[in-house]
Amino acid sequence: MNYDVIVVGAGHAGCEAALAAARLGLKTLILTINPDKIALMPCNPSIGGVGKSQLVSELDALGGQMAKVADKTYIQLRVLNKRKGPAVQALRAQIDKKEYEIEMKRVLENTENLTLRQGTVNKILVKNDTVTGVSIESGLEFKAKAVIVTTGTFLRGRIIIGRKDYHAGRMGEYPAMNLTNNLISLGFKIGRFQTATPPRVDKRTLDLSKTEIQRGEEEPVGFSIWNKGGIRKNIECYLTYTNKKTNEIVRKNIEESPIKSGMVDTHGPRHCPSIDRKVINFPEKTRHPIFIEPEGENTNEMYLQGLTTSMPPEIQQKIINTVSGLENARIIRPGYAVEYDYIIPNQLNFTLESKKISNLYFAGQINGTSGYEEAAVQGFLSGVNAAQKIKNRPPLILTRDNSYIGVLIDDLITKELIEPYRMYTSRAEYRLILRCDNADIRLSGYGKNIGLITSEQYKKVLNKENKINEAIEKLKSIWINPGKTTIRLFENVDTKLMADTSLSAYKLLKRPGVNIDDITGLLNDSNGDYDKDILKQVEIIVKYEGYINRQLNEIKKMEGLEKYYLPQDLNYFDITGLTYEAKEKLSEIRPNTLGQASRIAGISPADISILMLNLKGKLKKVKQFGY
Amino acid sequence: MDNDDTITAIGTKPGEAAIGIVKVSGNKSIAIVDRIFRSKSRKKLSAIETYNMIYGHIVDKNSDIIDEVIVSVMKSPHSYTREDVVEINCHGGLVATEKVLELCVENGARIAEPGEFTKRAFLNGRIDLSQAEAVIDLVRSKTEQSLKIAAKNLQGNIKNEINKIRQEILDIIIQLEASVDFIEEDLEVTPYHELEKRVRVIEKELEDMIKNEKRGEIIKNGIKIAIIGKPNVGKSSLLNMLSRKDKAIVTSIPGTTRDAVEEILYVEGIPLILVDTAGIRETKNIIEKIGVEKSLRHIDEAELVIMVLDGNRKFDNKDLQIIKKVREKTIICCINKVDLEQNIEMGKVLDYFDEEKIVKISALKGIGIEKLENMIKELVLGDGEINLEEMIIINKRHKNILTEVKKLLENARKAMVEDMSEEFPCCDLREAYGLLGEIVGETVTDDILDGIFSQFCIGK
Repeated sequence: MNYDVIVVGAGHAGCEAALAAARLGLKTLILTINPDKIALMPCNPSIGGVGKSQLVSELDALGGQMAKVADKTYIQLRVLNKRKGPAVQALRAQIDKKEYEIEMKRVLENTENLTLRQGTVNKILVKNDTVTGVSIESGLEFKAKAVIVTTGTFLRGRIIIGRKDYHAGRMGEYPAMNLTNNLISLGFKIGRFQTATPPRVDKRTLDLSKTEIQRGEEEPVGFSIWNKGGIRKNIECYLTYTNKKTNEIVRKNIEESPIKSGMVDTHGPRHCPSIDRKVINFPEKTRHPIFIEPEGENTNEMYLQGLTTSMPPEIQQKIINTVSGLENARIIRPGYAVEYDYIIPNQLNFTLESKKISNLYFAGQINGTSGYEEAAVQGFLSGVNAAQKIKNRPPLILTRDNSYIGVLIDDLITKELIEPYRMYTSRAEYRLILRCDNADIRLSGYGKNIGLITSEQYKKVLNKENKINEAIEKLKSIWINPGKTTIRLFENVDTKLMADTSLSAYKLLKRPGVNIDDITGLLNDSNGDYDKDILKQVEIIVKYEGYINRQLNEIKKMEGLEKYYLPQDLNYFDITGLTYEAKEKLSEIRPNTLGQASRIAGISPADISILMLNLKGKLKKVKQFGY
Repeated sequence: MDNDDTITAIGTKPGEAAIGIVKVSGNKSIAIVDRIFRSKSRKKLSAIETYNMIYGHIVDKNSDIIDEVIVSVMKSPHSYTREDVVEINCHGGLVATEKVLELCVENGARIAEPGEFTKRAFLNGRIDLSQAEAVIDLVRSKTEQSLKIAAKNLQGNIKNEINKIRQEILDIIIQLEASVDFIEEDLEVTPYHELEKRVRVIEKELEDMIKNEKRGEIIKNGIKIAIIGKPNVGKSSLLNMLSRKDKAIVTSIPGTTRDAVEEILYVEGIPLILVDTAGIRETKNIIEKIGVEKSLRHIDEAELVIMVLDGNRKFDNKDLQIIKKVREKTIICCINKVDLEQNIEMGKVLDYFDEEKIVKISALKGIGIEKLENMIKELVLGDGEINLEEMIIINKRHKNILTEVKKLLENARKAMVEDMSEEFPCCDLREAYGLLGEIVGETVTDDILDGIFSQFCIGK
């Protein structure tokens, strides 16, 4: 049984990895412990959010699957940060979990070159530091040129509820108990994280009249730019709050909390603390928001966002019942915590290939991340790069200055992880440029070069780009002379035209208070009207030009460092002038580029200078698409 | 390596050479210097041949002449760094040289890091590999040395001050970022109008520190004080008293001090260069005439003038003539010889001097000297009593960064006033935070997220 690529795990990372590899023409096998749980969403029933939405858009622009499946299965869509600037606006979709699994499985099953199969991998087969395949617990072996490990929380997964614990990958699922030891014997450094999920309750037992109703957008929006549709569904979510009584119950039973009882002592995500932790850390706060979100359209199970806990189920019940609207709520599934192994991600390259074993890739939660979106983009990138390498083509390397995906990968392989990694816009130093609304312009060229975006799709993007530039040029050429008509035209706009000077429409648009709608009349002509999303781009580019240019300049300044690869066989202890700390850190992480080296904690600009001096002539320019 | 930025530095040690050389290297160096240089022949630097020198003036943006200079141009690759290099030979002393450097920076050059010219020379292949280690040592030791010096000279107070400001900027960033990334968390973030106020406070602090740069210069290079007065009013005695040394020849024969005598006096660590000028009077004696001319030049250069009057004698025309020559200067009026009978008409003196700038002394007996010293200190350092221990002195590099930071803060505040979304003021504030990190030598960490999680109860 020979394959080109084997993907271990069929979660959000595994699905994207397998799809990318198979679509690139490689014979791909995807192995899962349970084929009924493909692309399962074990925690929150939503995709997107601030920072994460950007990841989904980028994945879509590159030719990934998540955006399309989300668009087909959402039951409510909201635009977050609506009143803020374009760079931090984001989509968040409530997803019908079952529908999502069904749709993703359908896509997998109908993709050429892709084989789905049940099996628990216990060993990565390696010869001469290069991967050769995997074996599964039944003893079968599968050969492959590349292996991508996307095991999520399954490696030595341990579930904790109250004072009880047992091994499981997720609630009710088998763990993968043997693969970790295999990875350790291959020389990988392993860490351990935990994460937790809130209880689900029966909708029929809730008094939703006591909650605030949260509705979605009425305007058509969606993640994917390739096939835009109308609003699919708009099912309500609900908002309620905890109160003093909630805090009391939590405090009274705090000894039962795994974080107090010592049942869990690993780090969990700070952005998803349990209600126990919130009460401990912020005792004065007695009103925490609880979002009640449906798990799907055809189920009464409701997810209690904000009430994460792994206290014993009977105490979970008591905590829930203190909350307004949840007085009689009945638990369907209790919340729980899960502890799992991850590999320290600084053992990976920009391509997510491990530095130790050639053609062995890691993606998703096993790399210490949290979130479906973070997993999906890693899966995609590893799938593409495995395929590219097998085909002897240059890798796809995304960088901090062109994408959130680049930020994510760079952070993972450079910085020390102290908790499961989640994306935020604040992590992206160039976020004013890395917007959802221009993900297609930024990245679809890469998608096309790889072969996951068609020429027609790409032509559409190029066309859009041309139209945008054309419209901006046009604005520069339109001069507004302050006559009666024009002054009247701008009466309702909060800006004053000087009576004696004319100015271009371009300059006018830059003024605060003026927006593109005010001058669209000047722009549209006999050649037809501009599309709304083109006008939106024009507005953003013109209005925020100063900020955008500043970020572009900063990127240019860093380019000298980012473009150069560091040799991987370098002995940093041989380099004169480096501090001992720098030698140690650089030897441990073995950065891919000078830019990455400069971001390692403890590496000073002087160290970088010294590296440059020592490596003069030995630095190679990065070879990849777009360069 | 692509070095798109152009660097500049003063290539001579301050105060040790008669001329000061400002070096500029990088692909914009010729264009930058062309913007501030007016050659006698109206020729542009871009038009002259490599390895040619050209005479002219450096002018500021108001076309005021800063210095008379000779500029040499060495075009890439035939230069020390193998980049386009321009050297400006300045003649006006340290102040003019520094001003020229400043103009280069204003026009787009960046102040070079220690050893950066050599580093570029190496990276561009000008220096061969065998010299690599020396270059590395240079980069390392210069950086460390300057760090040490900085640490020693500033007793850590600049670091403390910068860290304080940095922390405050971070706190503001945290407020802004929290409301962007955690919009649904219902967080009680500080509103714009309060953050604006906090930004303004930081701007003020920066302004004060930038002002102190001048004081830093004073501390480094000293301040020149000319002691003047008609012959035999006790100038030399005063100099001796202030410096507690018997250097100037003190006699009662008018015109004894034919040359200017210099003495350095430290007042609370600040070097005051005292110049006892020859008595200024009409004279036919050639030697004495030279002395008088010299005195006039010293007066011109001095930051402060001490005019000595003889209390024992009447205020006369000679006094008046001298006063007329120094009218533009900051002057302290010393009425000397208070131990003798007082014949001077105070009414007349008050016509020419502010009462608070008059001090009665006896240079011989040491009466009133302390009062005079305090007055000097106050005038030199401003703001009266200054505790040097608490003063934040910055250098040129710091000043450039702080000025940039202040500009960024103003931008951020403007964005808030215009009610722009949080990520825009954040853009400025984060850059400011990073720049201040350069001064204290700290690189970026995950401070922002750590701050958000410790200050806000996050967790949907």
